[in-house]
Amino acid sequence: MPKLDLKTAGPFIALVVVFIIGVLVNDAFLSSGNLSNILARSSFIGIVAIGATFVITAGGIDLSVGSMAAFISGCMILLMNALMDSIDSMLVIIILAVIASLGIGALAGLINGLLTTKAKIEAFIVTLGTMGIYRSLITYMADGGTLSLNFTIGDVYSEVYYGVFLGLPYPVWVFLGVSVIGYVLLNMTVFGRHCFAVGSSESVARYSAINVDRVKTATYMLQGVCVAIATIIYVPRLGSASGQTGILWELEAIAAVIIGGTVLKGGYGRIWGTVVGALILTLIGNILNLTDAVSNYLNGAVQGIIVIVAVYLQRGAWRRD
Amino acid sequence: MPDGNNKSLTFSVRKLRKSFGPVEVLHGIDLTLRGGEVHAILGENGAGKSTLVKILSGFEQLTGGELHISDESGNSKQIDAWDNAIAEQAGVVLIHQEFNLAEQLTVAENIFLGNEIKGRVFLDKKTMRAKAQEYLDILRSDIDPDATVGQLPVSAKQMVEIAKAQAKNARVLVLDEPTAVLTQQESQVLFELIDRLRQAGVAIVFISHKLDEIKQIADVITVLRDGQLVGSYPAAELSKDDMVRLMVGRELSSLFPEMPKVSETAEVVLRVSNLLLQGNSTASSFELRKGEILGFSGLVGSGRTALMETVLGLRRAAKGNLGSVEIRGERVDFKQLSAARSKGVACLTKDRKGNGLLLEKGLVFNFSLFSLHKISALLIDTKQEEIAFEKAVETFDIRMKDRSIAAGNLSGGNQQKLLLAKILEAEPSIIIVDEPTRGIDIGTKSQIYHFIAQLLASGHSLILISSDITEVIGLSHRVAVMYHGEISGVLVGDEIEEVEIMRYATGLKNKNLHQEILDKSGTSNAKA
Repeated sequence: MPKLDLKTAGPFIALVVVFIIGVLVNDAFLSSGNLSNILARSSFIGIVAIGATFVITAGGIDLSVGSMAAFISGCMILLMNALMDSIDSMLVIIILAVIASLGIGALAGLINGLLTTKAKIEAFIVTLGTMGIYRSLITYMADGGTLSLNFTIGDVYSEVYYGVFLGLPYPVWVFLGVSVIGYVLLNMTVFGRHCFAVGSSESVARYSAINVDRVKTATYMLQGVCVAIATIIYVPRLGSASGQTGILWELEAIAAVIIGGTVLKGGYGRIWGTVVGALILTLIGNILNLTDAVSNYLNGAVQGIIVIVAVYLQRGAWRRD
Repeated sequence: MPDGNNKSLTFSVRKLRKSFGPVEVLHGIDLTLRGGEVHAILGENGAGKSTLVKILSGFEQLTGGELHISDESGNSKQIDAWDNAIAEQAGVVLIHQEFNLAEQLTVAENIFLGNEIKGRVFLDKKTMRAKAQEYLDILRSDIDPDATVGQLPVSAKQMVEIAKAQAKNARVLVLDEPTAVLTQQESQVLFELIDRLRQAGVAIVFISHKLDEIKQIADVITVLRDGQLVGSYPAAELSKDDMVRLMVGRELSSLFPEMPKVSETAEVVLRVSNLLLQGNSTASSFELRKGEILGFSGLVGSGRTALMETVLGLRRAAKGNLGSVEIRGERVDFKQLSAARSKGVACLTKDRKGNGLLLEKGLVFNFSLFSLHKISALLIDTKQEEIAFEKAVETFDIRMKDRSIAAGNLSGGNQQKLLLAKILEAEPSIIIVDEPTRGIDIGTKSQIYHFIAQLLASGHSLILISSDITEVIGLSHRVAVMYHGEISGVLVGDEIEEVEIMRYATGLKNKNLHQEILDKSGTSNAKA
């Protein structure tokens, strides 16, 4: 029995350990400003990673999320700037941009999904391809430079990132909301069960009257929508988008999912694990910022080690079963 | 290439036994292969042919008995250690039904795969190519040694396999259903080749379900039944009918419960008319009545599962299929299994591990996967799920250490009961069961037969696909027999007995043939 507990509790224990290290490293770590900053920053990766949890649980992979986020940012900014001339209400413009963002995200997911299921190309290849396409498109849209959001809208929109409700920034609430919905969807609905089944064995799923293609496509669409939501709260933070936006998000999202205990080969996924995984990754970056002991430039190296160790522990636990 | 000098070759087994765990599958087989002889091994599915040839070629270990092989000078000696490498050393080579070729490599490279000729440092490609050409020439094959194997047709691949066996200096060549993948013409080419190898003194073991072929090329026929040796006979002495009788011949056991009768006027719940399967030229038609169990017999690969999966929407019908499927008189065209399920049709797959259960998932997860729609609105009602599972454990007598184990940790019989429970939980009225008792113990078998009888009594209709011919006879009201992707006959009443079924299963008899003649004259009349 204890080994089962370790498997579920592992990521939480790791989170506590990292947190304690943070406390020991610098007094500023515990300041409310720093903590809410950590939560807000982990929201982007966290929300994307919730979507990735579905994709990976159903046996797929999506490498395009980082570029997709950049592309959607660019589209939103261009759209809002363009609507400035014809619509007076800033709120209406922002709502239209939000709707467009969700639509583009879902559509991008649909494309990834159909290419993997109907054209039967490996998800790795499809999303490697779309990753390149979106990255190139945003660079083209920004003409190699940066797309900036019109100042007047930016002022109104920035509330979405900087606004606070009950002491927590809005992005944190959105993250929490997406997590709860994701949890319910994955663990309590027929769709969630089907994701587990498809990831475990597509042929068993097919013989259990599950529409495998539809389930897989739905996970990619869900991923696209999650990327769109993350982008909606990310755009007001900087008010700009460029070829550098969202770089390596896909790897951080996958890392968060894996650290959280979801199995990369599919068949088993955990939403709360993913949330904790995203928090751990952000915490590490934050701690490295607050200490001189390890250079901040080594952030990626530390994250990489954590992922490898997490998977190693996971495997060990599997083998004992 | 062996020449006439090892005509004295003998390779024999004495009192050969083989057990898998506690189950003995071969019970003391005697067999003698001689150079220059084609030795056919004949038996029903599960008679032990495959196990026997795997032991001969060293892929399986024997658990009892002796092997003797003669050396070059003809002195026979007993073999102590036997595995695949030793067997190949001794010149015993098995050609699998599934070829063992590296698709990306050339013909020459494949012929010498694992057997490469080396120069001082690098491979001596030139010599290998020349030698490969030599082997192909002996086989009178015009395959290009530089062709990539993946691009070759099946018959050429088989030729490469045989050339490869020659490169290993095969003295005993074991061919496991070599013609299953060949057209009739290609088979004839193979037979000519076998004949040349025979003249060169190679001992050939030939397995086939096609009695015509055996009649054509075999010198000696050994018949197996249920892992027992029935006997070895000179081929000239056996007629095809004798072969069938020797393969079958056993008493029906009293394993089977009394099946409720079906009235001739019972409603037709499933009608399949002229359904054309992929890769087939003959369409299939059959009917299933309410409360009836229709058996489907036939040899492995005769198309029984493919037919049912096409009906269910798990496979596409052939292009240009004009046939139809009707459920209780309503025309249906299932594209997804879920569509079939909503019309009350379900199937119990024969591949329990590959298609039936998620072995690493829990019991409840597996149990409800096919019937989740019944217990969920927006969310799954897990309480109801739990109750349904407990009830199924009771009904189907599923035995387990505790509730939290994974499905893969159940015994085979209990896995089968769980799978049956999973399918029936969706409350289908027409159930297709495919090999429902394969690989399970006799006790569970009998339990499953009783479940089937209960289902019939409560108004369900069943299709039973089984390679266990006694099972088909013991349970079915009528028996459809398939041969080469077509229903060669639907047998009723006294026709339902082993020898008759085997005649239809091996193509000796075919009810369609008369039908076809009628059909043809019918169309020509219509045209005229």
